[in-house]
Amino acid sequence: MNGFTASELNELRNQFPALHQRVFGKPLVYLDNAATTQKPQLVIDRITKYYSYENCNIHRGVHYLSQEATAAFEDVRTKVAGFIHAAKSEEIIFTKGTTESINLLAGSLDGFLIGIGDSVLVTGMEHHSNLVPWQQLCKRNQAKLLVAELDDRGEVFLEQFGKLLEQKPKLVAITHISNALGTINPVKEMIAMAHANDIPVLIDGAQSVAHMHVDVQDLDCDFFVFSGHKMYGPMGVGVLYGKEKWLDKMPPWQFGGEMVDQVSLQETTFNQLPFKFEAGTPNVAGVLGLGAAIEFLNQTSLEKIGQHEHQLLDLAMEKLRSVQGIRFIGNAKNRAGVISFVVDGTHPTDIGTLVDKMGVAVRTGHHCAQPVMTRFDVPGTVRASFALYNTAEEVEVFAAAVQKAAGMLH
Amino acid sequence: MTIKEIQEQIVSEFSMFEDWMDKYNYLIEMGKEVPRIDERFKTNNHLISGCQSRVWLHAENRDGKVYFTADSDAVITKGIVNLLIRVFSGQSPEAILEADTDFIEQIGLKEHLSPTRSNGLVSMVKQMKLYAQVYKLKQDN
Ligand SMILES: Cc1ncc(COP(=O)(O)O)c(C=O)c1O
Repeated sequence: MNGFTASELNELRNQFPALHQRVFGKPLVYLDNAATTQKPQLVIDRITKYYSYENCNIHRGVHYLSQEATAAFEDVRTKVAGFIHAAKSEEIIFTKGTTESINLLAGSLDGFLIGIGDSVLVTGMEHHSNLVPWQQLCKRNQAKLLVAELDDRGEVFLEQFGKLLEQKPKLVAITHISNALGTINPVKEMIAMAHANDIPVLIDGAQSVAHMHVDVQDLDCDFFVFSGHKMYGPMGVGVLYGKEKWLDKMPPWQFGGEMVDQVSLQETTFNQLPFKFEAGTPNVAGVLGLGAAIEFLNQTSLEKIGQHEHQLLDLAMEKLRSVQGIRFIGNAKNRAGVISFVVDGTHPTDIGTLVDKMGVAVRTGHHCAQPVMTRFDVPGTVRASFALYNTAEEVEVFAAAVQKAAGMLH
Repeated sequence: MTIKEIQEQIVSEFSMFEDWMDKYNYLIEMGKEVPRIDERFKTNNHLISGCQSRVWLHAENRDGKVYFTADSDAVITKGIVNLLIRVFSGQSPEAILEADTDFIEQIGLKEHLSPTRSNGLVSMVKQMKLYAQVYKLKQDN
């Protein structure tokens, strides 16, 4: 495990203006990366450049600016396809984020794939975004939501997952990495299990794409979704990847301009992929910013990023272990740079409030995964999540801050 | 003491602290001493809806004055709740309704009472005033 050299890390940090500020008189230690990452200058510049010089509506104008912007926009589609190794760029649909991607799927599959009396299978560690759309779809269809349970380490019981597949759900929707526990699910194995039963699989990649190399063809997932803002890109842009064989047949979800072919007052024929799923004016600046973020990640090497974050994770676990009463929620064997914990006798918000005053930004609460909190019987947790620009020194500051906060509260 | 006087007293107490650590240590102590709500009132009816920690509030009207008791599962929240109780408890409904909570800002804890903070303290102040409003209406009738 190599990660970055000190000078590489320093150079990386220098590309992120937001990191170089003080809060409450202390240097900011930003450890809320699972919520959203900071943005490198080249992403910020790309957005500024678009609005300064390139702004115009795409796909519709014959004029110069529109042609240029359309080409730049479509170029990002190709980049995204390359980034997750999709077979074709038509399989990349731009959305406003993971949540919208999943809602698009749930909307389109409602009545198309999933109908009255069917079932959908999720795990007990899903973010509300990959739970509530399926739960509500099931309610609309008197369908059943099947849930694969978690063991005490925060891993899915694969045996039970296999048993649930025998009930022939119409779709399996699972997260790649849990934002609340850090668990990396063995998705390739789970997808193979589902496919052995002819069941398509959606992977929620919101927490994985910025931390590991994703190859959707190798995983063989049918759908894969993620958000730009958790991978150093802008907010308001995300991706739905789907195998062409699915997307081609699926009905559109939203209707309007862009997604149509011929329209009369009574009838409409729809545009081809990917446009049939992209109604209305898209977030062009966001898509271009996402393209810049992908360039940034490609230059930086996801392999090194993963190694670096893993080193920080190990260091943080080691340092935190000495905090009296600390209990880690989520101890999966295979995990990403997310640490969730409670300190017995204290409330997570108390810890969060105190470490904030020491310059450390962590998340407290249920992390939009209330069923996970219920499963582990905690009101919420304190969560630290690492990104490529975090340093060992920051981890030390964080651990010392937690130590001090716990001391004040005990 | 009037609400204003108590608020001034709190502001002067907090002015002694040089850094936020001492301030928070004091808040934590205050949290431990909050006039505790009777266990039988710790029900959903008395729960202030806030996102993260739970806060329960109860009020009683005795001789034209309102008395508050509370609890929370987060101790810093409880400390601030106790500050509010010190200020409002034992006051008349009219005085509670007229009062502001600017002293929170003066002691440097403004962020805890900002509407964007999901700790329920803003709803807590609203709820205290609502109790005062109800008691005032009862008196007027
Ligand atoms: C695992 C997971 N899924 C989905 C989401 C939702 O992402 P967004 O809010 O960008 O739509 C998140 C974000 O917190 C997440 O961590």
